[in-house]
Amino acid sequence: MPKLDSIEKVLVIGSGAIVIGQAAEFDYSGTQACLALKEEGIEVVLINNNPATIMTDESVSEKVYFEPMTLESATKIIQKERPDGLLATVGGQTGLNLAMALADAGILDQYGVQLLGTDMTAIKKAEDRDQFRSLMNKLGEPVPDSDIVYSIDGALAFAQRIGYPAIVRPAYTLGGFGGGIAADEATYTKLVTQGLSASPISQCLVETSIAGYKEIEYEVMRDANGTCITICNMENLDPVGVHTGDSIVVAPSQTLNDPDFHMLRSSCINIIEALGIIGACNVQFALHPETSDYFLIEVNPRVSRSSALASKATGYPIAKIAAKLAIGYMLDELKNPVTGTTYASFEPALDYVALKIPRWPFDQFQGANRSLGTQMKATGEVMAIERRMEAAMQKAIRSLELPTNGFRLPSVAALSTSDLQELAMNPDDRRLFVLFELLIRGKTIDELHAITGITPYFLYALSNIVTEWQDLGKMSWNDITPDRLLQAKKLGFSDQQLADIWNVPCAEIWGQRRSYNITPSYRMIDTCAAEFRSHTNYFYSTWGTAPDVDRTTGSKKVAVVGSGPIRIGQGIEFDYCCVHSVMAAQKLGYEAVMINNNPETVSTDYEVADALYFEPITAEDVLNVLEFEGINQVILQFGGQTSLNMAKALEEAGITVLGSSVDLLDQMEDRDRFYAFLESIGLPTIPGTSAHKPEDVLPAAEALGFPVLLRPSYVIGGRGMIVLHDEAELTAWLGSAEQAFPVLVDHFVTGKEAEADILTDGENVWVSAIFEHIEGTGVHSGDSIASTPPVTLTEMQQQKLVETAKHIARQLDYTGLFNIQFVYEDEQLYVMEINPRASRTAPISSKVTNVPLVQHATALLLGVPYAELGIEDMYNGQPDFTVKAPVFSHIKLPGLSPILSPEMMSTGEVIGTSPLFEEALEKALIGSSVQLAQFKKGATLFAATESAGSSELAAWQALGFTVVTEDQVSFDDWLLSTAAVAYLDFSEIPDTKRMAQAAIHRLHAWSRPETAAAFAISLKIQSERLKGVLAQ
Amino acid sequence: MTGKLILANGEAFNGNWHGTPASVQGEVVFFTGMTGYEEVITDPSYKGQVIVFSYPLIGQYGIESLYAQSEKIQVNGIIVAELYDGPLPKRASSLAHFAESQGVPVLSGIDTRSVIQTVRETGTMPAQLLHKEMPEQPWQLLTADFFPAGENMDIKQVGEGHLHIGLVDFHYKASILKELLALGCTVSILPYNAPAELPESLGVDGLLFSNGPGDPQALTSRLPVYRAWAERYPSFGICLGHQVLAAAFGANTTKLAYGHRGANHPVKNKKTGRVSMSSQNHSYVVEADSLKETPFDVLYENVNDGSIEGLIHPHLPITTVQFHPEAAPGPADHLALFHQFLETANDMKKVKMHA
Repeated sequence: MPKLDSIEKVLVIGSGAIVIGQAAEFDYSGTQACLALKEEGIEVVLINNNPATIMTDESVSEKVYFEPMTLESATKIIQKERPDGLLATVGGQTGLNLAMALADAGILDQYGVQLLGTDMTAIKKAEDRDQFRSLMNKLGEPVPDSDIVYSIDGALAFAQRIGYPAIVRPAYTLGGFGGGIAADEATYTKLVTQGLSASPISQCLVETSIAGYKEIEYEVMRDANGTCITICNMENLDPVGVHTGDSIVVAPSQTLNDPDFHMLRSSCINIIEALGIIGACNVQFALHPETSDYFLIEVNPRVSRSSALASKATGYPIAKIAAKLAIGYMLDELKNPVTGTTYASFEPALDYVALKIPRWPFDQFQGANRSLGTQMKATGEVMAIERRMEAAMQKAIRSLELPTNGFRLPSVAALSTSDLQELAMNPDDRRLFVLFELLIRGKTIDELHAITGITPYFLYALSNIVTEWQDLGKMSWNDITPDRLLQAKKLGFSDQQLADIWNVPCAEIWGQRRSYNITPSYRMIDTCAAEFRSHTNYFYSTWGTAPDVDRTTGSKKVAVVGSGPIRIGQGIEFDYCCVHSVMAAQKLGYEAVMINNNPETVSTDYEVADALYFEPITAEDVLNVLEFEGINQVILQFGGQTSLNMAKALEEAGITVLGSSVDLLDQMEDRDRFYAFLESIGLPTIPGTSAHKPEDVLPAAEALGFPVLLRPSYVIGGRGMIVLHDEAELTAWLGSAEQAFPVLVDHFVTGKEAEADILTDGENVWVSAIFEHIEGTGVHSGDSIASTPPVTLTEMQQQKLVETAKHIARQLDYTGLFNIQFVYEDEQLYVMEINPRASRTAPISSKVTNVPLVQHATALLLGVPYAELGIEDMYNGQPDFTVKAPVFSHIKLPGLSPILSPEMMSTGEVIGTSPLFEEALEKALIGSSVQLAQFKKGATLFAATESAGSSELAAWQALGFTVVTEDQVSFDDWLLSTAAVAYLDFSEIPDTKRMAQAAIHRLHAWSRPETAAAFAISLKIQSERLKGVLAQ
Repeated sequence: MTGKLILANGEAFNGNWHGTPASVQGEVVFFTGMTGYEEVITDPSYKGQVIVFSYPLIGQYGIESLYAQSEKIQVNGIIVAELYDGPLPKRASSLAHFAESQGVPVLSGIDTRSVIQTVRETGTMPAQLLHKEMPEQPWQLLTADFFPAGENMDIKQVGEGHLHIGLVDFHYKASILKELLALGCTVSILPYNAPAELPESLGVDGLLFSNGPGDPQALTSRLPVYRAWAERYPSFGICLGHQVLAAAFGANTTKLAYGHRGANHPVKNKKTGRVSMSSQNHSYVVEADSLKETPFDVLYENVNDGSIEGLIHPHLPITTVQFHPEAAPGPADHLALFHQFLETANDMKKVKMHA
């Protein structure tokens, strides 16, 4: 059957800002879907206010609306664009919820918009717990004993019947937010209260706990003919009880026998057939570890984080195929894009194992509660592919970029055995490393199985790693035979790990190994276990086998090194940059090779680069790829700090790092050298010094005068940065933190921050959009609201900034893209930082100026003359204001205080655009607040006593809101009141606990008056519009 | 390295030998399913072959003997990348132990993907598995005929049910019998070389022509008998049984370069347009062109290579499938075919009773 010819224009709903539980995977699926529709000649209109995404590129969607993801703005877009169809299943829960709102409000019917793919009835049957349960009962599919409750009383009645432990799952929340497992009534009551408030419909499901069962997922697809296939199944290493997004997951399942594997597969097919899914669906099961009893946990009638993982693990592009099914294709009409010879109606056969480990933010958020449960907390993930479990595990650990020493995390290695056992039983993000330590300390697999419920198979794989490490430790480097070395490599040991074991230089292992001809071979992800020939250049490394292909062909090649897992401070923006760099290199006739390990992203879509290598980003792993490819030049500017960290080792190995010398990178990062550079080119420097040991910090601070800003070198996302206001704070800081010295101690400048991305070949300079930060100094640029063009910086100030940027670019021996952070202290302009790489603002800057910075930077790196770029002609003069607002995930991270500081906390961002600054601000803030309490009539703000006199409060009263303080109502009472909307504390040291409590209750929590003022401006323009003062 | 795999084209792969030192030969074939090693090695259709598992990690859930497809391991040798030797579920024994107890060698540490690429490019071929202490053996001819001539009257009857099905035994898989029993049949297991009048004397209500190893042409002399049976009784053919029934009505069979063995083979039902996943294990196929000579219509077709996956007779109640609806290992998407067959048999039985 051909595609539905009534569909010419389709509205696609994206997933908005990156938050925990909804991340880059929806840029991957959304981009695939948009391109799949475009391929069919369909006009794609997109709503998504996340600027750091590929899907919001003009090359992907014809028309992009950077509008808040609300019913109101979606309705306006439908009125204006009149699309024939709506694709709502690629934008995560946000997309699905918005589509349900549009359907419920009658908008889809009113404007004749056809919901493509799975229909609304099916979506609701899967999404609504009640409808879902009754359907499952009808099908005879087991679901845990459960009840839907709307009140504490109802919940308690259920618990009395089934006893504890019980699980609480709030309806319609992202990443299972607000739920958990309760072992007793007190915890249960707390979870239900929290869950009811988290659920947009104040509904919770309470159910029998099946903690300890194996957690198994299937990715399933179905077309309108009823053809059902399962793309892949996955087994969680962590038994039921830890959210699948926080679990270590392997694909395919490892410990299920054939009858169990197919029992669950058949169950999936029965379910999607009964629901009538058209497209992709995710089904999660709990399987009893000894019997074949199982329960259904969840069905997601859309693409998901798991489907992105399954796509990368198998090579089967689920989102792309799902989009084609949504417009009327059948699975057997579509070719399997990997083989090119077989069809999409098949189930991939893997001949390797893919392993995912989540990346949590707790290395940065030390105060947050890091225990794992039914509420997801990871910000990103890594995937590794190998033919042995042990090797896949070690590769994945290397990809995490944690301060590990092989498979050991020093902070965990330092814990007592009883603490380790406690952590094994009550898991947090460190559990994998805890298990390794316990094995090192002689605990048996049986003992660990007994306290963790983890299937012995997985523990055995961990113990094989430990045993090998111990065996190797008993030998010396001189005794190692080639066979013995190969055995260690097959188990995933890196050269660095081996060097550490034998206390020899890593280069010696590397050299000797190569003289033995022990190098990895690269094998293809071909979806069919070599049964058919394939030509897809999607590879992973493995040891001791033959390679699938020879890639050392003679054509022009360049490698782009990616940014690894998404974490605080290094997000999806770098993936955008890497993808653009690949596209630019291809346009210039290069074969572009991508190296990355993040399964969620567009850069690891094998159709993006000419060859994709799913590998850890370490010198050894990258150099192995470069050697296999015969590449001698790399682009490291776009993968954030991750790729930049490779520069030294790659250069030492004789690889050309395009754009700059490694010495220059060091010059920008080393504070003393950086300041010397600024002085040498006649620029003023912020007074400051380096403290090389703890006792140097106080004298340095006293010499500069408080407040001072402290920061370590080479950091991501302002990690470890802090403003200290007096000696007491400094002493406390020295006592509490484990700091690596040197630490940079700077005079804390009070003023306005601005930043810009600069494109240069060393002579010619293009200064892109200037972003003025709304909050003053002391707030990380990633966490501040920012406007481009600036709103308060004068023409003169901007001019001076541009001239300074040009001056720097001409004095640096640098080609490509870099970012400068400026600060104006009154009329004095300082350069705070030069980041010799792409930045968080690069995608926004490119989109608002119409000058694609990364593509031009790549062209310059590959030798295209600046004059040929034609930048002036492309530049659109920035006709509109664009405001960027940060989006936080505090509701997922209990204990994390939302006080703005130099240390970044936000997980994502949105933009709003308009010719009017106030309106752009309004759109950005509505967009960034969709998960938070709304400023409805009668809402109350609570001001901390110290901030009660703030002049900012008058604006709120003028808008008709009530501002209360402790004098009128206790904080706790206010917090529970339905009118509560924002907590304000502008003091130097705000009340951490109250700020965190407000945030976890989905309230705004402002520690800076500038933030509060920005919200007031945005609400003022709304109220003026309502009064008709402002014409639409 | 304690053993090696030598292919007839001269390629050799070193690995680790598990079991008693020996030398064995067989046709090398590969299986691409990711689970089901217990079912595969005990499946009589693999009789005499050397099986290569494409999934590199084999043995994780041990052997429970509940899922065996016959009373013993049928393959001559087992080739894997990694053989799991860690802790197992209660009740399970290790694959290595199971194979050793039956004298079947396992060779691990083999670059199985490379072996499969060779077989894919050059076709299935003879292979030797040699323990390091064993000299290379002279190559023997591969056995493709597992059906000696002569008649056999040995009938085994199992189950007690309303419908009486004759299972024509070409070395049937246990799960086929299990499925018939689960659906409430009395099953008489008829030797492939049973006398022509046996079904009638037993009073069967339908015949299921089973799977089996080797070349269907080995049964050429028996085809007139099978045709007569199929014309008389509701019939259902699986795998070799399908090939034999097609041949009995005039079709030709031919050998594929490297066969279909796995759990993910898409077949399309020509009537409904629906594609489903099937479990497969065969080297031989019915030639599409030769179907002109037969009354059959094509019921199922392989989506990937267009080969014949199932036939239906336009007038008589005869259905045949190249794949394995009983799964084991593999997807259970086609269990309904058993129901349909038994329903037909049941309907015919009623007609007969009321005639």
